[in-house]
Amino acid sequence: MSPAERSQRWRRALLWAWALSVVVFMYLPAICLFLASSTSSRYFIFPITKWGFDWWQKTFNSFEIHTLFKTSISIALLVTVIAVVIAFFGALAFARYDWKGRSLYQKIVLLPIFFPQSVLGLALLLWFNALGLPLSWKTAVFAHLVWIVPVVTLVISIQVYSFDPALEEAAFDLGATRWQVMKEVTLPVLFPGIFSGALFAFLLSWGNFPLSLFTTGADTTIPEYLYAKMVAGYTPGVPVLGTVSTITAAILLLGGYGLIVLRRRARLK
Amino acid sequence: MAEAGAQAAIATAASPAKASAWRLRAGPANAVPIILFLLIGFAAPLLAVIGYSFMPPRTFGLWQAPTLSNYETVFNSTSYISFLWSLGLAALTVILLALICYPVAYGLARVFGRWSTLLTLLFTIPLFVSENVRLYGWILFFIKNGVLLGTLKSWFGIEIESWLFTEGIIVLGMVYVYLPFMLFPMTLGVSMVPNETRDAAFDLGATRWQVFKEVDLPLSMPGIIIGFLLSFVLAVGAIAEAKVLGGQQIIPITHDIEIAFTYAQNWPLGSALAVLLMLVIGALVLLVLRRFDLDVILGRR
Repeated sequence: MSPAERSQRWRRALLWAWALSVVVFMYLPAICLFLASSTSSRYFIFPITKWGFDWWQKTFNSFEIHTLFKTSISIALLVTVIAVVIAFFGALAFARYDWKGRSLYQKIVLLPIFFPQSVLGLALLLWFNALGLPLSWKTAVFAHLVWIVPVVTLVISIQVYSFDPALEEAAFDLGATRWQVMKEVTLPVLFPGIFSGALFAFLLSWGNFPLSLFTTGADTTIPEYLYAKMVAGYTPGVPVLGTVSTITAAILLLGGYGLIVLRRRARLK
Repeated sequence: MAEAGAQAAIATAASPAKASAWRLRAGPANAVPIILFLLIGFAAPLLAVIGYSFMPPRTFGLWQAPTLSNYETVFNSTSYISFLWSLGLAALTVILLALICYPVAYGLARVFGRWSTLLTLLFTIPLFVSENVRLYGWILFFIKNGVLLGTLKSWFGIEIESWLFTEGIIVLGMVYVYLPFMLFPMTLGVSMVPNETRDAAFDLGATRWQVFKEVDLPLSMPGIIIGFLLSFVLAVGAIAEAKVLGGQQIIPITHDIEIAFTYAQNWPLGSALAVLLMLVIGALVLLVLRRFDLDVILGRR
């Protein structure tokens, strides 16, 4: 092995070590939450003396938690459907077509992403109040959309950038109608982007706290409930729900990615 | 661009009237739903905030004689301390993030190969768990008898004070929460550097440091700047870190705003503070974004 090769190898090893430490750093809190959720005692003292999953059982059997789950899921599903539809067209305008004012349009669409969410939540609270709208989980759907639609637009746009417009043109030349082109060409080709966009929309809405806090009114989502419990004092239910959220996000994302890979392989065959 | 133009020309030649007329209108037409939505969901609420900031203190309607008294109150108060904390903590966070993220971004873009996707997914997953809960995980790690101190005590017999509720922990929390927002744009930026250019520089006898300084850094700058901007802006708006980990020792500006809206029930004052924060952030975003062509950064090749 030449000295140059050896130093190359060292650099790679160092980069890997650094990246993996950052991954561990990112997952340390999740690990702590899991540890705290799997003790039978009322308080968290480490090292754990009495392991057990009693708190998982208690949390899953609680009626209150079921209601929270329903509220959170209703919001997240509605947000996903609406966000994907608006963002799909938004992404076509973002990345597919050349038109006057597109550059300005791109920046306007990104603006809400760059905005502190807690302030956005308060602004929406004022706005709903000025309109005289009563706050409920429906206003929260609207609030989530303001932040999530731009994110999903960005996600789908990245797919649209790699889309070859010649495919659409060819279909038009062969006499397809606009609707047929959309259904047979554009949608299938852009599907991976739309799918990731939907996944992002669902998960971002599911985990959102700052927008929900000011806009749900009397309804409560899971992140809001967790915050209330955290402030009120320790209960092992918080780590349980935190672990569940992390695992759900991991399964959905890794599973979704697996689906896209499988689909791509099936196509190549 | 030229390619797209040529394709357009072919399309026009093939089916003249239908396709070309549609193509011209397609861009703006597709933009209509999202623009309308952002008008009522983003622009209007911000206008409402601006409107409220000129209403008399402690009122809840929008249709009274405007006044400047909220801004007077802000400028005569100690709110500037909160502003300074927010800006200072955000600046420190961004610097630390740049140092932590650059090697990872470099690895993701050039070294890790097919593992990059999996690593990117691993960095994405925490984004979908609410911030509060993840910060709570850090509390369990650092608290007395928690994962860190408990281990030290029972295995090594070392007993130290918990670092919770200090400035250092707030910065740690902010670095943790905003890491993906620096990492992803930075990775995009680093992957924009063409390998040929680097090889050419090496062939011409440049040292590793020179290649980094003269090739890698300048060519990946658009992504890096976007990462700086995104994480700085989000960090200025941070509130949960100081509240959850900092034990409310430090009050960042967003917390001031929230207090005005909730406990103090003074919406106009909170609005005035929010307007000032929006001005700082808006000016920064527009100033930086104006200089970039997003098509280049996001991958139109």
